[in-house]
Amino acid sequence: MTVNQASIGATPSRSGFLRRIAVEYGQELIVFSAIIALFIVVSIVNPRFISANNLTTIFAGNAYIAVAAIGMSMVIITGHIDVSVGALIGVLATISGSLAVAGYPIWFAWLAPVLVGMAINSFIGILVAYARIPSIVVTLGAMSILRGGLISVTGGDWITDLPSGFMIAQKRFFDIPAPLIFMVVLTVLAALWMRHTPFGRSLYAIGGNKEAALATGIPIARRTVMVFAIHGAFAGLATILFATQLQVIQSTVPPNLELTIITASVIGGVSILGGTGTVIGSTMAAILFATIGSALIFVNVSAYWLRAVIGLLILATVLADMWRRRAKS
Amino acid sequence: MKLKSLIRHETFLALMLVTALIVLAFQSDRFFTVSNLLNQGRLMTEVGLIAIAMTFVIATGGIDLSVGSILGLVAILTGVFWNNIGLPLPFAAIAAIFVGTMAGFGNGIIITRFGVPPLIATLATLALYRGLAEGISQARSVRGYPDWFYVLGQRDVLGVPTQLWILMAVAVIASVILAYTTWGRTVYAIGSNEVASRFSGLSVEKTKLALYTLSGFAASVAAVIFVSRVSTTRSDMGSGIELDAITAVVLGGTSIYGGRGTVLGTVIGLCLIQALKNGLSLAGVKGDGTIMLIGAVLILAILASNIFERSGTRN
Repeated sequence: MTVNQASIGATPSRSGFLRRIAVEYGQELIVFSAIIALFIVVSIVNPRFISANNLTTIFAGNAYIAVAAIGMSMVIITGHIDVSVGALIGVLATISGSLAVAGYPIWFAWLAPVLVGMAINSFIGILVAYARIPSIVVTLGAMSILRGGLISVTGGDWITDLPSGFMIAQKRFFDIPAPLIFMVVLTVLAALWMRHTPFGRSLYAIGGNKEAALATGIPIARRTVMVFAIHGAFAGLATILFATQLQVIQSTVPPNLELTIITASVIGGVSILGGTGTVIGSTMAAILFATIGSALIFVNVSAYWLRAVIGLLILATVLADMWRRRAKS
Repeated sequence: MKLKSLIRHETFLALMLVTALIVLAFQSDRFFTVSNLLNQGRLMTEVGLIAIAMTFVIATGGIDLSVGSILGLVAILTGVFWNNIGLPLPFAAIAAIFVGTMAGFGNGIIITRFGVPPLIATLATLALYRGLAEGISQARSVRGYPDWFYVLGQRDVLGVPTQLWILMAVAVIASVILAYTTWGRTVYAIGSNEVASRFSGLSVEKTKLALYTLSGFAASVAAVIFVSRVSTTRSDMGSGIELDAITAVVLGGTSIYGGRGTVLGTVIGLCLIQALKNGLSLAGVKGDGTIMLIGAVLILAILASNIFERSGTRN
């Protein structure tokens, strides 16, 4: 494997603003260009693609993936991984929906998944940081436990009759769909936090070079637990958007959701080796996936080919990224 | 010291397996019978073949998440080559296995030539290969295979399920290769320190390329056995099997960071998972409860082995 590089950015350079952007946000730019290119091409083939209706569907319907990918990016930047997040979102959605149906206050039904997500992921973080079990092993186990637990509790029943006040994902503020606001605000806040606070910066340090981070006095174990907890909070927020999208909650784990979320982080430029990447990239990657999915429908490609096309694009993005990194070094 | 801790983990695991077998035998009369245990061996084969190849891959510090998708793709292609293109079934299966092996080779090329980390490379091909399977099948399944084809997946040879012979042969050969050949030592060396291995003149890239190709081949063979066992092809076959295989490998004591692990450990891990699945369902525990227990066993086994190892390596 290649050697980790903690490119914490903000290297003082005399070159122009654009060049700095290109160097620091290379992967984000590639993903952004891909989205733009896709929009232009598909709109030429089918102008209805850029109708306001369709744009809303694209962005709002997939905002929860972007939100979950924010937390995932933090975990990966710290040098860990979480394959249990899909199962976690399934469990949290069921908890949230059950509370809403049982007549608890709506705010409580929204708060509960965030808190429970934080609690469960803190526990995972403790196993990773203090019991020193590799995160892929812990989360692989956690995935089985959450998935099995969910089905044995619910028996696969759907939750229906959700109160209308609960459906935040269907609301609009100033005529902007709520999920879109969530996605943008959370991404911007998380990006600022990671770039400008000591805590946020320390994640890059831990993922980039553990020994060096330890030597500078960063409490690695405690930070690791907190990153997992924050990731759990984002999973909880993503759950709220996911669970309030439709009138029913299917008490099953959305298949392959964890892979979609991890892929969004990675395609957005988060190095799986830790130490680099931004949440702006992961959000854009989530938008890219959604755009591809919608684009295929508008250019009349059979839905059965959707995954193959996404796979090809992922591969192309990854290879472009490797090529870019080599060109840089 | 290293060898000692290895023995420890496998002994520990074997004890767990024996305990599980004894406890489960008391829970249900139907569990500890020859026919039931042989049948479990039949069900274990597909994951087993994949997990054995995965042991090598993980021992180099890599991972292959695309095996489930390769399985799905090869299953679909076997059906399509035979039913739609009209190849005789043996050739159709061989052609499909060839494509699956090439899919593994493709993983290897992306990883070794382009330097993409294995987790990302195979995450991408997981989507790509499954997508190809879905696109080619268009959600249609192929059924009605000739009777002789089911010998592979549903019949016995000398009283033992056909595919279990294959699994046992592969397990023996693989453990000898990993433990006693130069090539096997190379696998460990790469996993322990890839840079040092390269400077020592080991052919790191070639070894890794071969391993990912082998992983694809194992998944392809598992696919044909799968089709023969369930008598049909569907594009979602084998989805999630990569996680089952990884669980067995890691439970078996292979370090996810590479450099450590044995085929024997993986096989014991496999048996333990299968025994739990089957024994608990016979004892009346629902499948979902079993999944939970396997997750807990995975975490606890690694936790226990970590504790033993640390107390063993301290001095």
